[in-house]
Formats: sequence, C-alpha cells, structure tokens
Amino acid sequence: MKAKGCVIKYGDNIDTDVIIPARYLSTSEPGELALHCMEDIDKTFVGRVKKGDIMVGGANFGCGSSREHAPIAIKASGISCVIAKDFARIFFRNAINIGLPILECAQASEDIDEGDEVEIDFDTGVITNLTKNRSYQAAAFPPFMQEIISAGGLIAKIREEK
Amino acid sequence: MAMTMTQKILAKAAGLESVKAGELIMANLSLVLGNDITTPPAITEFGKIGCGTVFDRSKIALVPDHFTPNKDIKSAEQAKKVRCFAKEHEIENYFEVGQMGIEHALLPEKGLVVAGDVVIGADSHTCTYGALGAFSTGVGSTDMAAGMATGKAWFKVPEAIRFNLTGKLNKYVSGKDLILHIIGMIGVDGALYKSMEFGGEGMHTLSMDDRFTIANMAIEAGAKNGIFEVDDKTREYMKQHSSKQFTEYTADEDAEYVKVIDIDLSKVPHTVAFPHLPENARTPDNWGDVKIDQIVIGSCTNGRISDLRAAAEILKGKKIKDGIRAIVFPATQEVYKEAIADGTIMTLIEAGCVISTPTCGPCLGGHMGILAAGERCVSTTNRNFLGRMGHVESEVYLASPEVAAASGVTGKLTAPEEIM
Repeated sequence: MKAKGCVIKYGDNIDTDVIIPARYLSTSEPGELALHCMEDIDKTFVGRVKKGDIMVGGANFGCGSSREHAPIAIKASGISCVIAKDFARIFFRNAINIGLPILECAQASEDIDEGDEVEIDFDTGVITNLTKNRSYQAAAFPPFMQEIISAGGLIAKIREEK
Repeated sequence: MAMTMTQKILAKAAGLESVKAGELIMANLSLVLGNDITTPPAITEFGKIGCGTVFDRSKIALVPDHFTPNKDIKSAEQAKKVRCFAKEHEIENYFEVGQMGIEHALLPEKGLVVAGDVVIGADSHTCTYGALGAFSTGVGSTDMAAGMATGKAWFKVPEAIRFNLTGKLNKYVSGKDLILHIIGMIGVDGALYKSMEFGGEGMHTLSMDDRFTIANMAIEAGAKNGIFEVDDKTREYMKQHSSKQFTEYTADEDAEYVKVIDIDLSKVPHTVAFPHLPENARTPDNWGDVKIDQIVIGSCTNGRISDLRAAAEILKGKKIKDGIRAIVFPATQEVYKEAIADGTIMTLIEAGCVISTPTCGPCLGGHMGILAAGERCVSTTNRNFLGRMGHVESEVYLASPEVAAASGVTGKLTAPEEIM
C-alpha cells in the first residue's frame, strides 16, 4: 500500500483540543468533525486540505484527551497519513484502531517542509520526499499491530477472530 | 525477572509469570469506563462487532458527566444514546444525573476500583485510579468497544520512572503543586509511554485526595499510568468505600527504572502552569502581574472534598473581588453533601462563589464558565491548551485550589500566604 500527497506541517505537542475542539464534540459524525479540524491553530486547513495530503507533526503529536474524534476528524479531512517524531500514546492507539495510517520518523519530521510532495510505502516504511529527492526510514510496527492495520482496524480484527 | 508495580499487575492480568518492558500482552480487564462524549462512538463500534451483549454487565461503568446536565440538543441526544445502551444491556454501573459525579472522582468513591485492578476508560484521566494501587489508563472509543465486548485489551508493557518522595508538603502546598512541579521538570512528553511510579516514606504524608490529583495528571506528562504504593491510607480508603477484594503489588527491589527522581516534598513550591502547556510551570517569583477574570475550582483533578475545604479555608471571611467570577464544582453528589454538611458550601457562597452541579463543565470548554476572547482563568483543572476553556484568545492558568481561591480574592494570580 502506498500514499502520495502534499504536506501540511505543524509543530510539537499538537494536542487533541486543537485537532478538534471540545465545543464540537456534541457529535461523532466524521464529516461534521472534519469541518472544524485544526481550526484553532490553522483556520486555513479545512479550506486547503486535499484528499491524499499528508500531515507532518513534531514531538508528542496528539497529546491530551482520549477523544477518538481527533484521528477521525483528520482521516475524514482526507489526510492519508500522519508522520511525527512521536505520538502521544492514546492518539497512537486510536489511529491504529480506526485505520488512520501513522508513522513515527524523527528525521522525516525534521526534514520535510510544508508543501513538499511526499510518497510513503507502508510495506517498507520508506518515506520519499519527492520535492527534496531524499528518503527516510520510519519505525516498523510490531506484527501484532500490523495485523490490526491489515485487518482494517481493531473491530475488523475482532470480527475476524470470532 | 524483576518487575515494577505496573508490570506485576499486567503480568497477573495477562496470566503470565512475568513480563518485560516492550512486550505486547493481552490483559483481562477489571472495569471498562466511558462517558457521554466517548461512549456514543463506542456503542457504534460495539454494534459492528456483532457479539450480542457485553462481556460482564457488572464490569462496565457509564458516567454521563461531560456535557451534563445536557447543554444542548445534540449533547442530550448523545446522553440518550448512552442511557438506552445501559438499559438494553442492563449495565449495573450507569449513573444518571442525580447519582452521577465526575467519573474519576465517582468510581473510587463508589468502590468500583481497588488495588491490583486493571482498568481502561475512554477518557484520558482514567489514570487517576493509580492512586489506589491499580493499573488504569485512558484509551479511545474503539478500545472501549472492544473491551466491552471481550473483557480484554492489548497493552505494550511500559518502562517506568520512579519517584521517591521524602519529607512533607508545606502548609497551603498540595498534591496539585507537586504534580505541576513534576510536569514542569520532565515536560509534557517526559513520561511518554511510561509508568510514573510513586513511593518512598514521604508518600505516606499525602492524603488520598492528593494522590488522586497526582495520578490524575500523569497523562499530562504523556504517561501511560501513574501509580502509588499501597499503604494504610489506601487500605482505609478501600475499606470505607468498597467490598471488592484487592491485591497489593510492590515493585521488586531490583526493578529497572529508566529514571529515578528524588523529591523532598518540603521543598515543593506553589506551582502554576502558564498557558498553553501544563509544562510551563512557574513559581510565585516568576508569576508577575497576571490579572484574571475567573476562577474555577473543580474537575476530576481537584473537585474532591479536601479541595473544596482548602478553598474555603482561604476564602473564609473574605470576598471574591468585584468583577471576578468564581465557579465551584463539587465533583460528586457525595462531595456536595459533605461540603454542605460541614459548612464548606456556605463559606464559599458567602465569599461570592457560585456552586454548580457536578460536571466536567468548563474544564474542556463544554459549558458552565466558558471564556471570551482575552479573558484569563485560574483553574484547578488539568489542561491549559489553546482554546481549552473557550475562545482561542483566552488563557488558562493551572493551579491548586489554594492558589485559585487566593487569586479570586485579589483578582490576580496570588499565592495564599499573601492574603492569609
């Protein structure tokens, strides 16, 4: 599986309150959540994000609340993958569980700039920066998590096992 | 194989002799928790599993506490979805408005969590129950759904940071100051994926309420869980609140820690986290002149009886400064009743505070005290992220109940000693 898209970049400690503010948590409908994704730190995101775009963050991406609405909002915005130096653990679990592809790669997080065109090979974990003509290796998922990812999320995996 | 407290609990729950950091395990759950925000998506995911009903209707707790009593039609619909699910599946621990309180204050009080338990909750502050010597951690709605269906959850066994506490906190300094001090020291990702394990002789001087406050904010350092050793205070608390059997786990003497941090409690200063991260910890000499518009005393972090009493001690015979809104949230009905019975509520009202029904309310920008552009709040809650309590141009200063109360009197960020 591969993804290719244009990069929208943010900094360290992007918390779930800015990914989707609590004032919109009266719903969990993905399309509605996507309309307000990132608006407290980037009012332009909703207008400019294109299907397949890749979000790049710094350290501790997704810190804060456990709201699954955060990865749901990002996924429903059309983002094909989030790359970060590292992720807060609940966001990490939630992304895997709902099938939002994420990759941990410090080098990519530092080197990739806003607007770069990036291609990701999920089978090898290789991230290629087509704009800068460089590539980075993301950390591999342990087999257990790969099973959840390839099943299409945690619920699909439990159904398979039944 | 030497293990930490957390590792021992997880090994037992996974049916293993021992576990080591980094290992992936499947653990049996003692309790699965959800609230009115996180349970509706979990119900949807639960339906997709097609398992009929829940694994054990006595081991699920549903607490509608975030946007309740409901603030608008949409939140009422969400609460209704949770209520209907609880009824359909005969969930024993569903707490309706009138019985409910803020989930992480309510569950220990109801005796639903004891030492040695393994608890997941679709709320990041589920780590609170570590105060009782339990392993508890926040997850998302899908994990909650899977937990309700199977009674199990997967975990990566965490490494740990050990905190050795000595001494005793000074007057007007509380558990909130300690945890803000620690987060300031290690950062918002200082314990990422790790356990924060608290012990040492100084630990025994901390009240249970202080321990709940400290474990509650382990997530604010990125931790998977925070956990305290079990001592006489823990045993007494459990005896008073629960009939469940508990198991005490102590870390092996040669357990491995990625870091050991010694803290002399008598040296912990008043600490306030400035906007917009809990790690922006500052002591009074660095507060400067911060004029405020509101104080909030409450939340799963600081809405317990000792928190309300601490605020009342500061406010007794004094008045909240004109123009400042002081909003107090007893965390549960029991806390509310106790605070009425001992006069705490009267003291707070006479000082000019308004008392709300138990709810998470403004902590996450829900309702009951939302901030306008440019407004500042000194709050005993747990997060001061951009826009957390309202407008993106508002500011939240995280503080202890003592500091929040003192600030309410002066209208600016103030240490209690300045007015006592």
